[in-house]
Amino acid sequence: MELEVRIKLKQGVADPEGENTSKALKLLGFSNVNSVRTVKTFIIDLRETDADKARAEVEAMCEKLLANPVIQEYEIR
Amino acid sequence: MIKVCVLRIEGTNCEEETALAFARLGASTELVHLKQLTGAVKERDRRNLADYDLLVIPGGFSAGDYVRAGAIFAARLKGALSAELSEFVSEGKPILGICNGFQVLVELGLLPGNGDNRYAALTTNSSAHFECRPTLLKHENRGNCIFTKGIPRGAILKMPCAHAEGNFFIANEEYIQRLEDNDQIVFRYVDPAGNYASYPWNPNGSVYNIAAICNPEGNILGMMPHPERAFYSFTDHEWWRAGGKRGRGGEVGTYGDGKKLFESIMDHLRSHIYML
Repeated sequence: MELEVRIKLKQGVADPEGENTSKALKLLGFSNVNSVRTVKTFIIDLRETDADKARAEVEAMCEKLLANPVIQEYEIR
Repeated sequence: MIKVCVLRIEGTNCEEETALAFARLGASTELVHLKQLTGAVKERDRRNLADYDLLVIPGGFSAGDYVRAGAIFAARLKGALSAELSEFVSEGKPILGICNGFQVLVELGLLPGNGDNRYAALTTNSSAHFECRPTLLKHENRGNCIFTKGIPRGAILKMPCAHAEGNFFIANEEYIQRLEDNDQIVFRYVDPAGNYASYPWNPNGSVYNIAAICNPEGNILGMMPHPERAFYSFTDHEWWRAGGKRGRGGEVGTYGDGKKLFESIMDHLRSHIYML
């Protein structure tokens, strides 16, 4: 089964890539832009049919590698 | 003879210069691939971390810097070499991480250290650019860091930086005081007058202008700028911009400030190893 992991920066952590993109969009004339936040997505295909087990495994992946708890939070769906 | 292990995996790219810097100062230096330490190689290529006096994690873009800079290298070290690494550290043997190597040490939790290790990170530069420029580093350590004992406190060294994720982030700014109290701050970015200045002198937006820190025990050092690139004045990025061989950048064959750091490390290792 396939699971999607979204890694985003925690509230209060600066997002220079998002800020720069926001600035660029405004320069291109998109004056409605309030802010831009960047999110990284991993789509993981697992040889596992049990949804709970798959989720637990992906959670372990987030803890071990995919997310840095100091600055990021993750969401699995 | 002092034995230095410069660790490489796919994507490290500063290992040759780093190894050469130690070799020039008389160390027996070896470029060692992670797989040689973890055993996934032929017997004759097998190496043992415990046989070395210093472990260096060099700069580069290990594993493509995918996920986060240094994260994959760190996860692989944690997965395959955790016990050997802990033993190396607990024996008080030194580990140096330069640029990507600093990112790896922070991802590993070896820096800043202090037990509860997950409170610092090296994040995207405030400029959102890859910053490749000369930096001025003020030596701040009061004697805890074994790597910089030979460099006077307050000395300013010039070394280039080259990174996209070197912004030293700390979850709680009160921890800065803890770093100060433990004498863990080693280098801070300054301007030519020695002031803690903002961009471009602080190239990445690091809190408290932090460029290099060590662990509380002083035997693990991580730094974003590249001392190996400033071993000679003419390998420093700045040399060409400053006039190159026409003179202002320094004559070919003269040394850059990076050499001072390597000399300080070698002096420490020599005195320490001969005392054992």
